[in-house]
Formats: sequence, C-alpha cells, structure tokens
Amino acid sequence: MNGRVKPEKLDDIMNAIGNIWAVCKRELGSCFASPVAYVFIIIFLLLSGFFTFNVGGFFERNEASLTGFFLWHPWLYLFLVPAIGMRLWAEERRGGTLELLLTMPVTCWQAITGKFLAAWAVLGLALLLTFPMLLTVMYLGEPDPGMLLSGYLGSFLLAGAYLALASMTSAMTRNQVVSFILALSLCLFLILAGWPPVTDLLVKWARPELVSIIAGFSVIPHFDALQKGLLTLSSAVYFLSLIFFGLFVTAVILRSRRTR
Amino acid sequence: MIEARNLQKRFGAKLAVDDVSFTVQKGEVLGFLGPNGAGKSTTMRMITGYLPATAGSVRVGGHDVADDGLAARSLLGYLPENAPVYSDMTVQGFLRFAAELRGFHGAVRDAAVDRVVETCFLQPVRRQTVDTLSKGYIHRTCLAQSLLHDPPALVLDEPTDGLDPNQKHEVRSLIKRMGETKAIILSTHILEEVDAICSRVIIIDRGRLVANGTPAELRARSASAGQVTLRLGGVADAAAAEAALTALDAVETVQLLDREGGCLFRLQPKRGVVAGDGLAAPLLKLAAAKGWMVGELHTEEGRLDEFFRGITVPDTVR
Repeated sequence: MNGRVKPEKLDDIMNAIGNIWAVCKRELGSCFASPVAYVFIIIFLLLSGFFTFNVGGFFERNEASLTGFFLWHPWLYLFLVPAIGMRLWAEERRGGTLELLLTMPVTCWQAITGKFLAAWAVLGLALLLTFPMLLTVMYLGEPDPGMLLSGYLGSFLLAGAYLALASMTSAMTRNQVVSFILALSLCLFLILAGWPPVTDLLVKWARPELVSIIAGFSVIPHFDALQKGLLTLSSAVYFLSLIFFGLFVTAVILRSRRTR
Repeated sequence: MIEARNLQKRFGAKLAVDDVSFTVQKGEVLGFLGPNGAGKSTTMRMITGYLPATAGSVRVGGHDVADDGLAARSLLGYLPENAPVYSDMTVQGFLRFAAELRGFHGAVRDAAVDRVVETCFLQPVRRQTVDTLSKGYIHRTCLAQSLLHDPPALVLDEPTDGLDPNQKHEVRSLIKRMGETKAIILSTHILEEVDAICSRVIIIDRGRLVANGTPAELRARSASAGQVTLRLGGVADAAAAEAALTALDAVETVQLLDREGGCLFRLQPKRGVVAGDGLAAPLLKLAAAKGWMVGELHTEEGRLDEFFRGITVPDTVR
C-alpha cells in the first residue's frame, strides 16, 4: 500500500481545490463585473507601449530583445499592482462579506489562495496581451526565445510578489487608500533597496554587513537576471518566498482580526 | 447541538463578553436579547468561529469551533449582522458561489439553490444584481445562503431587521417551522418576536448573562406578573370596598384606578400567593358576600419588556 494516497486525504485535497476554485472564480467575476480589470489592462498596455517606444527608444536600441520593454515593469507594477491588490481584503472587510467568507467551511489559506490567484491571473492576462510586442521583435529580428520566456516569467513573478505584499497591506485596513500607499511604499523599498545611491546613503549610518543584507532584499538583481535569460534557483526562491511571506502575513492578520 | 462554555471576549481593556454559558438542543429556538452593545453579536461571532474567544469554548455538534473549525462550520448556517452579500453578483450567482463553498457542485448545487430561492421568496429577483435590490430582498438573499446545506444548527443575527411587516411574518413562520428540527439561535430587539418564535430566551447585559428561561418564565418574573385587575359593579362606597379588599389575607396592596362604569381595582398579591386559586377564589367569595357584581377579573401574566427593562441597564446611563 506504500506510495498510495489515502482516499480520505484525496477527498480533502479535492475539496480544497474546489474551495480555492470557487473563491477564485467569484473574485475574477467581480473583477470583470467592475471596471477594475479593464482599466488595469488598458492602462498597463498603453503605458508599457509608451515607455517602450517613446521613452525607452525601442528602435534606437537596434537589438532583437524586449529589454527596453521589461525595463519599465518594476516601475509600472509599482503603481498598478497595489491598485489591483488594495481591494482584495479591504473591500471584503468593509462590506462585511469577510465574515461570511470566513464562517464558511473554507480555511483561511484556501480563501487567500483563491483571491490571490484570481488577481494574479488578471495581471497575467494583461501581460499576455502584450503579445504584439513579442510579434514585433520576432518580425524585426531573431530574438533568443529562452530569454523572451524567462523575461516574461520574471515579469509575472515580480507582479505576483508585489501582489502578495498588496494583499498583506489590504488585510491590515478597511481603507483602500491606506492599503494602496502602504503597498506602494513596500514595493518601492524592494526596488530601491539595492540601488547604489540608496546603499551609499545607508553605509553612512549602518554597518556594511547590514547594508548588504538590506540590499539583498532588492528585486532588481533577480529581475535583471531573469531578463538576461538567467533562471537561477536563488531568483525563483526569492520571488516565491516573497509571495509566500505576503500571503502568510495576510493569513496571520485575518486570523487575529483584532480590528473589527 | 450548540454548546457554549464560559465564553469570554476581551477587546483591549474592554471585556465585551464575560463568562457566558448556554446550550441549544435540536428543536429549540433560543432568543438572544440585550441592549445595543451588550455582546450579542460578539457572542454569535465566537459561535460561528469568526472571532476567536479569549477564553472558554464553543462546540457545534460535538466539534470544537477553534480546534475542529471546518467540521463545526459545515454544520452551521450563519446570517451575520446587516446581512452582508457581494453587491456585484446576481442573487443566483451569489447563492451558487455559497453552495460551491458548501461542497455542492453541478446539479446538486442548482437544486440546493432552487430550494432556498423558493423558501426565501427570491424567485422574482433571482437574476438581478444585489446592488439593485431593496433591503428586504438583500436580507433574504443572505438568509437563503445560510439554509443552502439544510444545516442542523442556525445562527441568525437579527433575522427580521429591515423587513416590512409582511416579510417579518413570513420569516418568523419560516424560522418557527425550521425550529422544530434544528437548533436555532437568533438575536433580536423585538420582544414580540421572542414570544412568537422562541422556545427559550437568554438576556445578556454588558457582556454577562443575566437571565435564561422560557418566555413564560421570564414574564412571570416581571413586576406586574400576578397582579389582578378587578372591576366591580354595585359598590356603594369605594373606600369601604378598598378597605375590605385590602383586608384579604392574600392581598398585599390595593389601588383604585377608576370609578367610571364600576370601580376598577388593581391588586398586588402577597409573595408566594398562587394567582388563580390563591387570589381569585377569595375575591369572588368576598364579592358574593358583599353583593358586588364582578364585571372583569383578570390576572396579569407579566410582561417581557418590563422584565427586560428591570434586569438590563440602558446605554443612556452607562
């Protein structure tokens, strides 16, 4: 009997997947029933096009890659992802539906995962809709497909990491504006942590080891590595643990529910 | 079915619920009464597992809400305060979502949704989005959600709040019908509702349980319980009649209320006197001896609102 999953365990897993899917489906429905998802996707496409062609000098670069396109993503996501994430829990809390959701036979983790996956799927859809960019590069030259793939993967992981942090700040408050600003600040910290002007400033007050630890939190080295086609274990672990951390803190906050 | 033991909830320095214990069996409708802010909703939130208790425990069908939450929650139907519903969904879409979280899929899910749509009279608005509905319909949509899995235990926080008198009547008869087979806890501010549907009442004041009994028992404990109103015809001298009544063994005090259409007295029996035989029988005997005609003889059952006011502290004086 070794190696076989017990039937009741299998039932539990199927049940958990069913719950996550039900929450995810509802969240997607509510995203597309309101203008939120459409506005996000349209603004993301417009801005990424504008930055790539008009600011990034896509044609002047004269290289068959999407470097000039992905370059802007940490900054675009900085504003757009907290805007998607801020409503995740703040809205449930304000509408009282959080009480409904958490008194269903659903675990906190299932609810969190379902909602997170739904919002991540919207971000993923926006990213997929940038395919004309991909077609342009492939038409104009001979890009490295592995590099394009890992570039897209990096962008998607980055969006997920920001989203998990936004989910966390959204669970902290019923005020969406507060949630937005907190999430934006956290994401900005992740961008700036390893940036030389910031580390140079920090070196004046803190010990160099501490500064290098802080710099280690930065998303940029990992993001850049993926853009160069380097998919390393440490980058994958970095992004996935950021996501896990964000969702874990979300669960802790929702479980304690000190603020009513 | 539902068993709360020494429940306590502390919010910072404030003790919102303090040492509350009770049980509800199947076939019982327990009414939760108390002034605003007494801790009714907090207690209900602890029963349904939304708020963790600071101390004490709740068991639903033998499952501890804190340790075995999923099993406990799957036996419960819950209508939270203010009936929250996702406002961007249709009534049907919302109920299907709730049914899926209850583990129903496909045809079983649709059958469950059809059933509660019918029970809660939601047929006319079934395909409408929730934010276009009136408060009564939203309330019933949330109530419908709590009935999807035909739960053996129901917790309803103000189930008739915001309904018009017809809807109130419908929901009350629904609860009463369900109360024959389920364990139901409901909170309310409407005392007539307690009389209409509850088999037992708990009164909570400032977080503490101050009374627990059937509506009749609690009524009997109110100040006016056992008082007798008596209308006598053919009384020549009201003062003499009052004196004669006061002289009766069973009578504590007599009050002359009215002289129009015969004298109207209110009699307060002595402690421990059984209202009917103890007081009414000697009264009738006295009336016969004096030649008075008894126009009215009524023993007061007591009033729930009077008992409620006597035992709780209004929030205006806190």
